[in-house]
Amino acid sequence: METLALLAGGFATALSAQNLLFAFAGCFLGTAVGVLPGIGPALTVALLLPITFKVPAASAFILFAGVYYGAMYGGSTTSILLNTPGESATIITALEGFQMAKQGRAGPALATAAIGSFVAGTIATVALTFFAPIVVELALKLGPAEYFSLMVIAFVAVSAVLGSSAVRGLTMLFLGLVFGIVGVDLQTGQPRFTFGLIELLDGIEVTIVAVGLFAVAETLHLASRHRYGEDQLLPLSGSLWLTREDFSRSWKAWLRGALIGFPFGAIPAGGAELPTFFSYYIERKLAGRPEEFGRGAIEGVAGPEAANNASAAGVLMPMLTLGLPTSVTAAIMLSAFQSYGIQPGPLLFQTQGDLVWSMIASLYIGNAMLLVLNLPLIGLWVRVLRIPRPQLYGGILVFATIGAYGVANSVIDLAVMYAVGLMGMLMKRYDFPVAPVVLGMILGPLAEQSFRQAMTISQGDVTTFVTRPISATFLALAAALVLAPPVLRAYAVSRARA
Amino acid sequence: MRAHPRRDELAFALLLVAFALLSLWQTLAIPVSPIYARVGPTVFPWVASVGLLVFSLVLLWQAWRGGFPGVDRQKAVDWRSLGWVGAGLAANAVLITTLGFVFAAVALFACTARGFGSRRPVRDALIGLGVGLAAFLGFARLLGVNMGAGILEGLL
Repeated sequence: METLALLAGGFATALSAQNLLFAFAGCFLGTAVGVLPGIGPALTVALLLPITFKVPAASAFILFAGVYYGAMYGGSTTSILLNTPGESATIITALEGFQMAKQGRAGPALATAAIGSFVAGTIATVALTFFAPIVVELALKLGPAEYFSLMVIAFVAVSAVLGSSAVRGLTMLFLGLVFGIVGVDLQTGQPRFTFGLIELLDGIEVTIVAVGLFAVAETLHLASRHRYGEDQLLPLSGSLWLTREDFSRSWKAWLRGALIGFPFGAIPAGGAELPTFFSYYIERKLAGRPEEFGRGAIEGVAGPEAANNASAAGVLMPMLTLGLPTSVTAAIMLSAFQSYGIQPGPLLFQTQGDLVWSMIASLYIGNAMLLVLNLPLIGLWVRVLRIPRPQLYGGILVFATIGAYGVANSVIDLAVMYAVGLMGMLMKRYDFPVAPVVLGMILGPLAEQSFRQAMTISQGDVTTFVTRPISATFLALAAALVLAPPVLRAYAVSRARA
Repeated sequence: MRAHPRRDELAFALLLVAFALLSLWQTLAIPVSPIYARVGPTVFPWVASVGLLVFSLVLLWQAWRGGFPGVDRQKAVDWRSLGWVGAGLAANAVLITTLGFVFAAVALFACTARGFGSRRPVRDALIGLGVGLAAFLGFARLLGVNMGAGILEGLL
């Protein structure tokens, strides 16, 4: 019951006029960037980081949470009407959703996505409310060695498990780690990887890398293949109300999606793609008419959309309780904590209880706002989708400039952003994942800190990571994550041959 | 099975290898105080650099053996389109320190739009002016981001 009292306190903060306005602005912006191809919540939160100098922490995080949730809702609209998933978590939605839209059933597809997102998002937020304090209790028992091993799991999961190739994922992870090293070493004061440049002493700004990798890279990539044409936008068609049949086919998929999505998001192996694939697979198995899958089955939209939103809430769990981000947006939110001088981790619930609980309360409020924003106002987002590409990308680059130049009015920063953008363009071209770079860059320094603390405690004995049981378990899990897929594949091949 | 190396993928892998070597060189350049010899500031840089080197060498080998697994041969780059966007970015960097953010935004916007196939430069420039002004007012006034000095910026 203590939790409920704390949550009530959170609502008291979140329901103030100013914070409601921030929540609404976040949801609105989030939906808009979710709808627009090429920009997403990570980029938006990165661009909004300067707000941390202006407003109280609670308001800033309410805004960021709104952007984060909103983008999840908006992304489905793009997938359904345009068949270009704005982000990897909505690829599955596009499979059935776009088929439904082609058959003139865009309305029901959008409705089941939005209502499913609301239902699953709310369930997952309830789960976050009640599980987070328990996880905090456990997390307080972890020492630096355990933390380091936990971060190894997160690294491995993001780079080796998700994505199409472990080699490409791990390459990008190490690249991110290298980016994270640049600057003054906090423990010894040594400059590292600075090439003697004063500008690099503070490290590479997260905003610059995020904006370069997302906005600039996406724009350059699309320009480089401009002559091969663009996607066609399907009209909004069909009633936005679910028929009795649609509803009865959807609601179980929503609940199952929520149950799948939250745990996937909550374990530090995060990522929103896996649960959507998993939910799609289960819905197809359980469907009364599996032959409809691939031709616009509503369960194939309802389940994965619910899973995707539930896992978004799940990702906040390791972020808030352990200080461990497992998605790019969460990683950038973490750097916002740092910019307030707040140390994320299990102590967050004690030292910044009001902030955490008002952020959680705002998730309930944001979900309700987003349902309204996305159903009655769907016409508005369809118009946003119609912004012609030449002007859209022109605008994106102008905002990207603010992100880089606004940091210190330095053309060097702008040049770094261009270079990162060029790198990102090549990465997109050859199917290299972006998430490990950002995560490596933000989480790398934290992992190094834990590593060195653990080594200091053990007086330089490396075996501390494998002799402490919890840490050893975490490392074994990480090793299993890397080794299991190739071993299973080899096993399957050898059996197929036998 | 031995396929032809893919030149563009080889080049990308080589770029990553070069990056790893650069990072190794910088690791060697970090001075180590004997007090921290065991868990000093160089341990993590070593891990990151060597890891990057190993995996980029694997990529190099893959590219040599016929391409990164699961990556289709890429279509030729649309240099005209990319060139316009690149020109816009360059103009942006040059103008932002001289004429200021808003005019730099106009050039960037118009060039990018041209790169994406727009044929109405004057209209694009006007839209760019609007976007630049709105962005400047929103970020500089509302969020307090310092966007530097410029002709229009001083008047606003």
